[in-house]
Amino acid sequence: MAISNKPIVWGPFAAGGTLTAFITPVLILLTLLAALGHAPDLLAYERLHALAGHWLAKLAVAGVVFLSLWSAAHRLRITCYDLGIRADTVVATILYAGALAGTGASVLYLARI
Amino acid sequence: MSRKPYVRAMTWRWIVRHPRYVRYMVREFSCLFIGGWTLLMVWGLQQLAEGPAAWAAFLECLESPASIVFHVLALGFAAYHSITWFNLTPKALPLQIGERFVPDAAIAGVHFVAWAALSLAVLYLAGAF
Amino acid sequence: MGERLVELEVLRYHPEKDTEPRFQRYSATCREEWVVLDALNHIKEAIDPTLSYRWSCHMAVCGSCGMMINGEPKLACKAFLRDYRGVIRVEPLAHFPIERDLITVIDDFMAKLARVRPYLIPKEAKPLSEGEYRQTPAELNHFKQYSMCINCMLCYAACPEYGLIPKYIGPAAIALAHRYNQDSRDGGRDQRQQEIAATEGAWECSFVGACSEVCPEHVDPAGAIQQVKIKSTVDWYAQHLMPWLKK
Repeated sequence: MAISNKPIVWGPFAAGGTLTAFITPVLILLTLLAALGHAPDLLAYERLHALAGHWLAKLAVAGVVFLSLWSAAHRLRITCYDLGIRADTVVATILYAGALAGTGASVLYLARI
Repeated sequence: MSRKPYVRAMTWRWIVRHPRYVRYMVREFSCLFIGGWTLLMVWGLQQLAEGPAAWAAFLECLESPASIVFHVLALGFAAYHSITWFNLTPKALPLQIGERFVPDAAIAGVHFVAWAALSLAVLYLAGAF
Repeated sequence: MGERLVELEVLRYHPEKDTEPRFQRYSATCREEWVVLDALNHIKEAIDPTLSYRWSCHMAVCGSCGMMINGEPKLACKAFLRDYRGVIRVEPLAHFPIERDLITVIDDFMAKLARVRPYLIPKEAKPLSEGEYRQTPAELNHFKQYSMCINCMLCYAACPEYGLIPKYIGPAAIALAHRYNQDSRDGGRDQRQQEIAATEGAWECSFVGACSEVCPEHVDPAGAIQQVKIKSTVDWYAQHLMPWLKK
């Protein structure tokens, strides 16, 4: 049996899982505060736009988006199999493509800022 | 004596056969909320790029009841992902010093402390308090 | 200690006459301090000699008497009647074909154990004249936990991925490979990687963790598998991104 190339997809999954474990809850809290009408200062247009204009911030945001979407896609792929959906290759292709598309979109929008 | 081994079929019901499998599925389902919220933010990026009016509209959408419910659920599931992830870290990354292993609670504990510190720092820098 | 009337609902299957398994209920007067294995032995002796099951040591070291007790993989010699209320459901270990009654077909498991080369493969040939291998307590502890496996297969019964993907090499086999990979006397990791870093190796694991929860020897196969995944991932990226690096 040959050594698998699974690390290609597992590496970003593990990195994304770790990243989202550390930062996603607090980020959700920020937008939850906004949803409740108490948007934190950072979410004001001028501040956020200025921050997102910096190339370093764009790189960071794109990276966070990629790792978050990829780890979610990978986990959903496994879950689909756990629930009895046998067409793993099809599911994997759709989900990873979705993660890449989301990343691509974020890069596009960041470029416009 | 003839052999005729009987293979028991596995159905999706394995998920509810024991609390540990239910907890596993809950953990796995956190991906829907983490992924979903991230996609929501990607849309937000688009609105941010379009200008102040679009961004204001985005913030207004966030204030809808559906959005609030989603956020509360997402926060819960994301936190569950974090808790399960940090508790599993010592298993994946054991640390042997001399003859002994660093206790799991210590390794996980360091992660929880860092998580709390990072979260507080982000909240402060974002002007949430 | 007194006696107690215990009802067991046991899954029966005799291939020569049954097309599918069926439950049979037994009422047995048991001693309060008995384990499920004692109840089965009593039933076989006094009530129904046709009941078949594996057992040996009766002290949780041989790994023979694994079965599903109220839906949970357990060693029958370690499942105390006092911990159960009502009718106790006894079935063969999940995810294995049923040979007869509580006896499962374990050929797949035995083959997988052999595939991971569960023996020391020294880095260099060392003649006897050079003396013994020496190992510090620290080096021993580096693999000791993973050497405690008694091959009881409870982990395979608990693992949903093994149930869903029969080709998956499984927790005990990977933990066994890890035991040798972690041994300072060993140099055979590359050979074992062909099995445990293959698709049907560690990569079918989704870290449910049930295997480690049910393991009677606290081997923690789940931990072993994640460590294999991480090491394999680091190796893969190092090999593909920095091919000039010698191992």
